[in-house]
Amino acid sequence: MTTEEKYVTGAYLVVLAVVLLYVVLYSLKLSRLAREVSELSELVRTKRAPQ
Amino acid sequence: MSTSLRNNGAAAFAAAAALLLVAGTALAFYWVPEDADQGFSQKIFYLHVPVALTAYACFVWGAWKALRLLWTREARYDLESYTAVHMGVIFGVLTLLTGSIWAKISWGIWWSWGERQLVLFLILFLFYSAYFMLRYSVEPGPRRANISAVYALFGVVLIPVSFLAIRLAGTLLHPTVFTREGPQMSASMFFVFCVCLAATLALAGALYLNELTGKRLDQALRDLREAVA
Repeated sequence: MTTEEKYVTGAYLVVLAVVLLYVVLYSLKLSRLAREVSELSELVRTKRAPQ
Repeated sequence: MSTSLRNNGAAAFAAAAALLLVAGTALAFYWVPEDADQGFSQKIFYLHVPVALTAYACFVWGAWKALRLLWTREARYDLESYTAVHMGVIFGVLTLLTGSIWAKISWGIWWSWGERQLVLFLILFLFYSAYFMLRYSVEPGPRRANISAVYALFGVVLIPVSFLAIRLAGTLLHPTVFTREGPQMSASMFFVFCVCLAATLALAGALYLNELTGKRLDQALRDLREAVA
């Protein structure tokens, strides 16, 4: 592989890496949202339960 | 737009982006002829320019949504403008990274402060990066929405300046490919460029719609938590 080919491939891989990083961060955000939904459901269930 | 429509739209954009990105990359590497001047290194063009144009498109979209907010006072446009700016900054990072790599191969340096096109893009990028600092320094509500919208609108003025800088400056280093006479490349090169541009725009569309759904969900959950508490 020539130096030029290495740099060009590197540029394409950088874009791929940034997109993958975004996907990972978004997955973490979705996990947090799912956790919050389950906490809220639990809170609503507790409030609705007869004393 | 309803959530299900938005999700279907995001899925359609994501599928189109995946298909076009693979096709564009394959065409750029294996089909399109090498540039007579720059040789193999010119293949970054099919990535760098579409990514830069997508960044501009995201900032313009963010400004349009900001204008809609100021015009109609509908709160939903605030989140849409914010999400578009967010996407613009991501594509801005990619533009700077791929541009630097291309500069290193072609000019032997990672960055040139003498190039107005580069410096103006950096200023645009930093301007929109500061958008987040401004946004999170103000309490949520109509005031923050208005301030953010005005800021996003100011930024869009930099786009034509950045875009035209290369033409006005008559620079030596940064090439001008799109002139008044049309694209200065062969038909096959222009075709691959269009495929790659469609790919990055579809990718931005998918990311934008997903991010918007996530942000709306986040906001709805926060409202719900306050209501329940």
